[in-house]
Amino acid sequence: MSVVDLLAAALVVIGCAFFLAGTIGLLRFPDTLTRLHALTKADNVGLGCICAGLAIRDATVSGVTTLIIIWLLAMFASTVSAFLIARWHGRDDAEGRA
Amino acid sequence: METFFLAASLFLLLNLVAGLVRVYQGPGAADRMLAVLLFGTTTVAALLLLAHGGGHPALIKVALVFVMLAAIAAIAFVRLPGGRGEEHGE
Repeated sequence: MSVVDLLAAALVVIGCAFFLAGTIGLLRFPDTLTRLHALTKADNVGLGCICAGLAIRDATVSGVTTLIIIWLLAMFASTVSAFLIARWHGRDDAEGRA
Repeated sequence: METFFLAASLFLLLNLVAGLVRVYQGPGAADRMLAVLLFGTTTVAALLLLAHGGGHPALIKVALVFVMLAAIAAIAFVRLPGGRGEEHGE
């Protein structure tokens, strides 16, 4: 096990811990918006850590570029989705109370 | 090393199943919409770990397509026809 392998394994473990934190937040937080926040932030950091760990192991330029692009796309997708879901939830609440 | 990646992807799939409990239980429609975000990131991470652990490099391209589909699915769901999107005229 070289240093690169150990570092990649450590980053993957940290990423999985962030995913676990996001899932626990999803199940235990009291409100829809807090659950949305937990899911977006924790899961994206976990995906970033896993991408970093895999990019360290895979030393080709195209592999690392593909992993970075996947992470950036996941960030954009989660940002847009979280905003739209929160706005839809706010509009849903307003219609429900009105 | 490869078995470690496979075990990590199995752990992420278990996280996905645990997150689906919220989708079943969530008291509002927006809670069920969280399934799109959950699938979007967790499945991409599991696919990347499977690609590096099992030896199928094509799964990385599948993860790329999947993350784009997650964005489009979320946008499509919150703009459902029937007054959920922009029609808010009072």
